[in-house]
Amino acid sequence: MVRDLDDIIIRTSARIMVPFMQIYSLYVFAHGHISPGGGFQGGCIMAASFILLAVAYNLNKVKTRLTERRNALFCSLGVFIFAATGLVPVLFAGNFLDYGKWSKVLFTDPIMARYYGMAMIELGVEITVMAVMVSIFLDLATAGKHEKILEEKDVRNDTE
Amino acid sequence: MNKVYALIISVIVGLLLVYSASEFPKWSDPNQPASLHVSPRYIEKTVEETKVPNAVTSVLADYRGYDTMFETSVIFTAGVAVMMLLRRPKNGKRP
Repeated sequence: MVRDLDDIIIRTSARIMVPFMQIYSLYVFAHGHISPGGGFQGGCIMAASFILLAVAYNLNKVKTRLTERRNALFCSLGVFIFAATGLVPVLFAGNFLDYGKWSKVLFTDPIMARYYGMAMIELGVEITVMAVMVSIFLDLATAGKHEKILEEKDVRNDTE
Repeated sequence: MNKVYALIISVIVGLLLVYSASEFPKWSDPNQPASLHVSPRYIEKTVEETKVPNAVTSVLADYRGYDTMFETSVIFTAGVAVMMLLRRPKNGKRP
């Protein structure tokens, strides 16, 4: 299993890589409508950057940046953004997820409104995927205790 | 002895599956049933109906918007389920 590493090479390269991973994740998300990519993939890359921090440093490095409270908020916020994007057109006599009706809120033509609507649902997907992946990783890697990432000897003691 | 029966049944079912797979349409056959139902409409009407330059995006976010929404809900549910099953806070109380 993963243990608290104290290796300056790994820490430095992880610290350099994390911003690039997050920028790349936003690129995959924002470019998803004309190339392979989108919310699911971008969210996974964003979660991988946090997991890399947890593996290369320790648990607190992640938990101070993405606290448990904030993480749980993000989990539901993404689904809420998606559902709200779908529900607003209903208020303007459209169908559920009929993004063209967003033009009455955003004061643009329906074509750009469709574009913004799709960007919004992808944003919701990205936020939910990122938060859920980080949450599942932290729960599994610490056996739900959120204290420190399990080492090999902890696992052996548990099974004995 | 049970294992012998299981082996015989597995082999027979496997052979049946292989036999039925030979009836599948040819790879990239334009006349296969899957290509004749809704795919032509998506390919021909995507730009006209949804104004999206990419057909994959129009299917993901527009024609199958409900599907994507509940995929997100499934991921959210998976996260909540893992949280409920594994989370053990320090003071012993469930959250």
